[in-house]
Amino acid sequence: MSGPLGNAFTRLYGARGWAVLTLCGMILFVVFPLLNLAVPAGSAFHVSAYWVTLIGKIMCFAIVAVAMDLIWGYCGILSLGHGLFFALGGYGMGMYLMRQIGRDGQYRSDLPDFMVFLDWKQLPWHWWNSDSFAWALFLAVAVPGVLAFVFGYFAFRSRIKGVYFSIITQALTFAAMLLFFRNETGFGGNNGFTDFKRILGYSITTPETRMVLFTVTAAVLIATLLLGRYLVTSKFGRVLAAIRDAEQRVMFCGYNTLHYKLFVWTLSAVLCGIAGALYVTQVGIINPGEMSPANSIEIAIWVAVGGRGTLVGAIVGAGVVNGAKSFFTQAFPEYWLYVLGMMFILVTLFLPQGIVGLLNKSRTAR
Amino acid sequence: MAAITSTRDGEDDPISSYSHVFTPGELDASHGVVLYLDNISVSFDGFKALNNLSLAIDDGELRCVIGPNGAGKTTMMDVITGKTRPDSGTAFFGQTIDLKQYSEVQIAQAGIGRKFQKPTIFEHHTVFENLELAMKADKRVAKTLFARLNSAQRDRIAEMLTLIRLTDSERRIAGLLSHGQKQWLEIGMLLMQEPRLLLLDEPVAGMSDDETERTAELFLTLAGKHSLVVVEHDMAFVEKIARKVTVLHEGSVIAEGAMDEVQNDPRVIEVYLGR
Repeated sequence: MSGPLGNAFTRLYGARGWAVLTLCGMILFVVFPLLNLAVPAGSAFHVSAYWVTLIGKIMCFAIVAVAMDLIWGYCGILSLGHGLFFALGGYGMGMYLMRQIGRDGQYRSDLPDFMVFLDWKQLPWHWWNSDSFAWALFLAVAVPGVLAFVFGYFAFRSRIKGVYFSIITQALTFAAMLLFFRNETGFGGNNGFTDFKRILGYSITTPETRMVLFTVTAAVLIATLLLGRYLVTSKFGRVLAAIRDAEQRVMFCGYNTLHYKLFVWTLSAVLCGIAGALYVTQVGIINPGEMSPANSIEIAIWVAVGGRGTLVGAIVGAGVVNGAKSFFTQAFPEYWLYVLGMMFILVTLFLPQGIVGLLNKSRTAR
Repeated sequence: MAAITSTRDGEDDPISSYSHVFTPGELDASHGVVLYLDNISVSFDGFKALNNLSLAIDDGELRCVIGPNGAGKTTMMDVITGKTRPDSGTAFFGQTIDLKQYSEVQIAQAGIGRKFQKPTIFEHHTVFENLELAMKADKRVAKTLFARLNSAQRDRIAEMLTLIRLTDSERRIAGLLSHGQKQWLEIGMLLMQEPRLLLLDEPVAGMSDDETERTAELFLTLAGKHSLVVVEHDMAFVEKIARKVTVLHEGSVIAEGAMDEVQNDPRVIEVYLGR
């Protein structure tokens, strides 16, 4: 390839990388929709709604995993509170979906059912403009972004690092979970939001709508991967990795590491927010359980299993762990947590570079 | 960066009538002094690491600082680079930059480079990338996101690789270099920043005799273009490069002068050399 645009492409991935990416894109954008919509339900090739939702959900998790890899794998900041940003994005979109139910709820009211149940007479102030789709998108991006920016500013300015930072992020998501559990907060308490009917006026349960949401998620995932790849192959990415390895030296080189960390941290939170918004439309429920500390720890496990500092590894990890999760929670529900724990221990002991590291090693060994 | 933006009518401009313009954040060493420490004191939990330390470094000077362990050499560098705030005293870079008011990053950008006691390089980056990251440039996030090396910058890195004799290792991961090579890489990184003042904490520790020899030559060629402050335990090395030596003891300067003067100072013999 030639020309500045060609260079920009070849800098991100080599010919093989682009071939694999194109193949994945073909499967997600062409093969999958055809097998779901055009092939009749009785056929052996038909892809059921179950699979569309499952893969769509895993792609949302993969976006979160890439966001996590950007800060953990490249900048050495282990966040154990990324579930919070994901859930906030989900709640932002969820408010809009609740308003789209209109009068089709159980109580036939303009207000969401849980507000009628609490005997509220009007929408609380923070539901302002919640019937606007654009506003929902804005909230899904801005709320996690602003929260991450403010939190990150104080944490990084105080030079909180390592395990201390991780513990504070755990506390942050835990505190938010307790807040969202309360009915007074105005987000449906422990039930959260569910029973969505429509999005942009279209029924949210039809195969066509589901497939549109699926392809949008796939597009966002690929865009996230390419954005991440651009960042880590740029000089910015080299500064991030340098901060991970020797922050003091980076500062004495004249880089303001606070700004670098804050930028990538906020970006990571925004990506999680977008993933959460896509997630809630496909899974059809959002509740404070998404903010539980265990959920956020699981995000770190996806990245560790797939391979830190590779971006693609994060996607692989999210796929493998969540694939295993949906299998085990159906087949042997009581053993899933043991399997997850074992997986983490085995990867830490035997695959410090994760699955992708193993593949790379076998490729260079040949 | 210039303080005067309006040059339309020079005579109306009150500032341009002065011979000498104050530009915030830019080094002004026109009086010949690049670093000026006066009565600096630092204490940690009651222990006085620096005790009324005063020191002046001239522009282009090569100064060696020696002293027994715990004399306050590293603390002095911490104060100069903004890592430690002094309890009292003044620290100026040039005539105008009050180091106490600047952060580590701002001090680095103003033109003070520091080499740590233990070589601190980016172990997972290549040698080339180490120099690229250190190179003087606009180091704000927005610029770094879209930064591309131009040919002049590539040439600069190539020159530096030649100077520090790492041209053949350009693509190697820096963590794989020998100890002496790491020391040289770190010196190269400092020079890429184009600092006016270089603070070098034990630069030849762990180097072979041959490497030490070459480091001495390098420092002698750098003096003049840069000001250097070298903290070193290796007396043979100090003797080779020293023009003026400062001896620290218990956080204060106890002697200053040419190497042989200092060596014959009875107090120095008592606290340090005689032992």
